[in-house]
Amino acid sequence: MSAVLVQAGNLTLRELRALARQPFYVAVSLVQPLIWLLLFGQLFTSVAELPGFGGASYITFLTPGVVAMTALFTSGWSGMGFIDDMDRGVMNRLLVSPARRGAIVVGKLAHLAVTLTIQALIVIGVGLVAGARYPGGAPGVLVTVLVTVLLAVGFGSFSNAVALMVRSRESLIGIAQFLTLPLSFLSTAIMAEEAAPGWIRTVARFNPVNWAVSASRDALSADPDWAAVLTNCGLLLVLAVLLAFLATRAFRAYQRSV
Amino acid sequence: MSRTTSATVPSGPSRSTAPAIEARKLTKTYGEVKALDGVSFTAQAGTIFALLGPNGAGKSTTFKILTTLTRPDSGTATVAGLDVVRQADQVRTTIGCVAQKPQFDPDATGRENLHLQGRLYGVSRAETRARAQELLDRFGLTKAADRVARTYSGGMQRKLDVALGLMHRPRVLFLDEPTTGLDPEARAEMWKEITHLVADEGLTILLTTHYLDEADQLASQVAIVDRGRVVAQGSPEALKSQLRGDAIHIELTHPPLNGEIHGALDRLGTVREVTVDATTVRARVDDGARAVPAVLAALESVGVGVASVTVSRPSLDDVYLRYAGRAFAQADTEVTA
Repeated sequence: MSAVLVQAGNLTLRELRALARQPFYVAVSLVQPLIWLLLFGQLFTSVAELPGFGGASYITFLTPGVVAMTALFTSGWSGMGFIDDMDRGVMNRLLVSPARRGAIVVGKLAHLAVTLTIQALIVIGVGLVAGARYPGGAPGVLVTVLVTVLLAVGFGSFSNAVALMVRSRESLIGIAQFLTLPLSFLSTAIMAEEAAPGWIRTVARFNPVNWAVSASRDALSADPDWAAVLTNCGLLLVLAVLLAFLATRAFRAYQRSV
Repeated sequence: MSRTTSATVPSGPSRSTAPAIEARKLTKTYGEVKALDGVSFTAQAGTIFALLGPNGAGKSTTFKILTTLTRPDSGTATVAGLDVVRQADQVRTTIGCVAQKPQFDPDATGRENLHLQGRLYGVSRAETRARAQELLDRFGLTKAADRVARTYSGGMQRKLDVALGLMHRPRVLFLDEPTTGLDPEARAEMWKEITHLVADEGLTILLTTHYLDEADQLASQVAIVDRGRVVAQGSPEALKSQLRGDAIHIELTHPPLNGEIHGALDRLGTVREVTVDATTVRARVDDGARAVPAVLAALESVGVGVASVTVSRPSLDDVYLRYAGRAFAQADTEVTA
């Protein structure tokens, strides 16, 4: 057991060093969500007058949604790290070493978790400057970061599994983008539940993006429903663990075709 | 003279003759392509063993199976007595691998690469640090140790890859095409390093190569691989001496008439395996130097003009030609074309 921890720790160290050398990476996938935050924040200002937005400003409503969308955008690309490693021969070196598959996945997910923590805080900060208000305070921000990381770990694991199976940048981007927008819009990220048609409300209930947005919005509000927050966090945790496990299984598919 | 007979020397195998690597009837198919068609060979501990063959012969697939990266469809293999499929985890800690493609992380420094490698193999932190420094010194990378590896020259990158394979002091080292793509100077240096490794670290080395001279220079045992099978195995000397005799290579001034050359040379009775290709004649004789005058006289008697004659000891190229039924360079281009 301790051998796995040493391996995971050292592979995480490798990823964090790479991140420190390429801090620009954090900014790249943040551009699009920030544009949406500012653009939609302006465009839909009057939408907040509809029922279901709880009387707060639209930018206050939107910011948690954009944080969750950032998690999707960034983590969808996470599999690129594996494809880089395959192209550079690093993957095969790791696979003939005693390193556990789980430890290899943990390294990539740690990179993702740190990136998303920084990104979530930036989006929350930009939202604040643009006029969003967070009566939930520090606990609310903490919950937002937590659910963002959990969502990213889940979707990032999926992206890593896909990378191991398709082994090509083009296919990975295609699959990630195919999922990113529907997952974003079939949730309450930019539109209140009460204002959406019935079928979208039904779909949103099973959408992990919605779990993250709901938990974060709830926790940032003046009077959070902690039971609901906890349920959504639990769902995200289960999904993240499940998909991370799936990613470790995907090495088999990769090794069969090596 | 006859004092050193088997009576005074224990006749059992000595300690070092236990096979370090044993492959038995390995097969592997990728889709429609049969990469391995029953590869078998045995490599002794403490030696350099070369898998020689053209591109696409099955060397890299054999390498991947022996290093646990992939599994054979059928057949078995052991490394240091451990089964590569059933005891893959133990095999992994026992062997070092240096693949054909680069394996280092270009975004990390040389030292960081080595440290990660050591820790993944369960080497303690202190020992990892010491071993990394030792290898950096050994391969002349100390000055560049704290630079990001993507800035290294080709030769330095190759050395870093080999150093990575040695971090955990493996007993068996696998080198896949260790000098492909290196310039002649870096290549000579790598050869020197490989030879020293066997002496200094007591390693067994299995290397794959498509350079005949590399196998000849470095390996004490060679297995020639062609179309997914081992077609010959032995020491380079033994393989060459199996060909019995020297190669004669004659350039004629004009293309000969049909059958003319064969008729003249067959009459001598000492010349074998005569082939004629335009103005080039190749043949084999037991003692080249003594046969040349008679060969020249025979050609002169039928009125064929000779531009040059070369006599050479057999090369591994000739061995390959004999067992694979085609010239090595030809087989190499067939696959890459």
